[in-house]
Amino acid sequence: MKKGQFFRSMPGIGLAAALLIALPFVAALGGQAWVRILDFAILYVFLALGLNIVVGLAGLLDLGYIAFYAVGAYTWALLASPHFGLHWPIWAILPLGAGLACFAGVLLGSPTLKLRGDYLAIVTLGFGEIVRIFLNNLNAPINVTNGPQGITLIDPVSFGAFKFSGATQILGVSLSGPQKYYFLLVALAILVIIINVRLQNSRVGRAWQAIREDEIAAKAIGINTRNLKLLAFAMGASFGGVAGGIFSAMQGFVSPESFSLIESIMILAMVVLGGMGHIPGVILGAVLLTVLPEVLRYGVGPLQMAVFGKMLVDPESLRMLIFGLALVLVMRFKPAGLWPSPERQRELQETGK
Amino acid sequence: MLEVTGLHVAYGGIQAVRSITFHVNEGETVALIGANGAGKTSTLKAISRVLDAVGGDVHFCGEKISHSAPHDIIRKGIALVPEGRGVFPRLSVLENLHMGAFIRDDAAGVAADLQKVYGYFPRLKEREAQLAGTLSGGEQQMLAIGRALMSRPKMLLLDEPSMGLAPIMVQKIFEVIRAVAADGMTILLIEQNARLALQSSQRGYVMESGEITFNGDSAMLLDDPKVRAAYLGE
Repeated sequence: MKKGQFFRSMPGIGLAAALLIALPFVAALGGQAWVRILDFAILYVFLALGLNIVVGLAGLLDLGYIAFYAVGAYTWALLASPHFGLHWPIWAILPLGAGLACFAGVLLGSPTLKLRGDYLAIVTLGFGEIVRIFLNNLNAPINVTNGPQGITLIDPVSFGAFKFSGATQILGVSLSGPQKYYFLLVALAILVIIINVRLQNSRVGRAWQAIREDEIAAKAIGINTRNLKLLAFAMGASFGGVAGGIFSAMQGFVSPESFSLIESIMILAMVVLGGMGHIPGVILGAVLLTVLPEVLRYGVGPLQMAVFGKMLVDPESLRMLIFGLALVLVMRFKPAGLWPSPERQRELQETGK
Repeated sequence: MLEVTGLHVAYGGIQAVRSITFHVNEGETVALIGANGAGKTSTLKAISRVLDAVGGDVHFCGEKISHSAPHDIIRKGIALVPEGRGVFPRLSVLENLHMGAFIRDDAAGVAADLQKVYGYFPRLKEREAQLAGTLSGGEQQMLAIGRALMSRPKMLLLDEPSMGLAPIMVQKIFEVIRAVAADGMTILLIEQNARLALQSSQRGYVMESGEITFNGDSAMLLDDPKVRAAYLGE
């Protein structure tokens, strides 16, 4: 049986489901912190797949993706916290956050339609920073975002009386807050994976591929490049908005600091490192880049103690050093990403790169 | 069939095409020849609306198309084979050909046209599963022409099909262009290779610094001493 087919067969799906369900309980053995890391890994899978639509499918290099995440996060924070005394329900805020992020996506997309490659990257980078600085300074004359202090006491996700924060007993099993969020995030991630797969094989997906490959030729075969590029920005941004809302609720706190350029770069790195345009690759990239720094955070210190008997290098700096080195090595030896699409793999073989 | 009147194209302050007028009749192959930078490609880009013209009108089958959206041009029946071929490198040959039929939803007709394209270019059938980016230049040119034919156009715009190809490949490509024309296709052909273009067409226009300086029957242009001196290297 081929690699890909296994996960499409019934026992394959069953095994994958069992693993996904068992994971938060296994992680909890190492403490709730690990369950949180798991939550973030899946949140990043969600974000990376959103960005994959823009970068991987349509080929538009977007360095300001985090701005849409910020729009979603602040929508939730402002409408469900004591800051304005509003406590809107999830079914109102999450679509609104996605809608506003989508609007921001179109806003960014329309002036950049004629730009490509590095020029587009610079403009989107600027856009991401504008949003962050905006959030940072929108505490005067009217206090909207509470500036750099951020917004606290944000409502958790809840459906009626069922809250996702705190522990609950379900069918005799005790679930912690992060574990409940885990299952919510997995459900959302599965939804976004299905949307991604569907898009990739659709007419729209093929049109995006054509634009990515050659824009003039795409126009010449009858593709409305303007609308399709806007659609890519809008769809990617909506996913960012939803992820932002969940992030806000999960953390209970947001501040502009969470939406810095480095975050955009990390999400882009997940897409590129995993395998641009290839859904399993992007998922792998997102999980690795979230979990690896944490493993290093907890692993590097004790390892030094064990080997040298004392701390030689500050674990925090060493962590980023190893992380950076890992990125460089992957790009050197796997230029198409860790798990590239079969076509891309074939291309590298055929051209002998 | 195609009527271009007073077409004017400029890049910033630079005048690339200065008010040119020409036409292509149905079933005819017309060559637009001239040196590098004469404005041939700009003319073609303006007709296919990839580029905005500053002034002038373009009519196709009696309908004004000079203000149509670029993606609508192919729906009117004009297929462009862009300069430098413009195949989709990371898609297979077959996928590229199917992309050419993007605007169509008659699966049976598309399948029939695919066989027709393979008839013109048997090489493409052999390379069906290969990625377009890994084809040779000549094969990519075949693919670009094949892809354009997949939209079942009324007219083909060919931008420098001989560019960067080995002489033997150029001969092969032009054989097919003549075969496509013989099957009734209307073609506007842009070429630096003036001799070949004039040999493969009924009429020709000569462009110089954005203007049309000569025009007439291709056979006549081939014999014209001035054209011979300037473009045929004699």
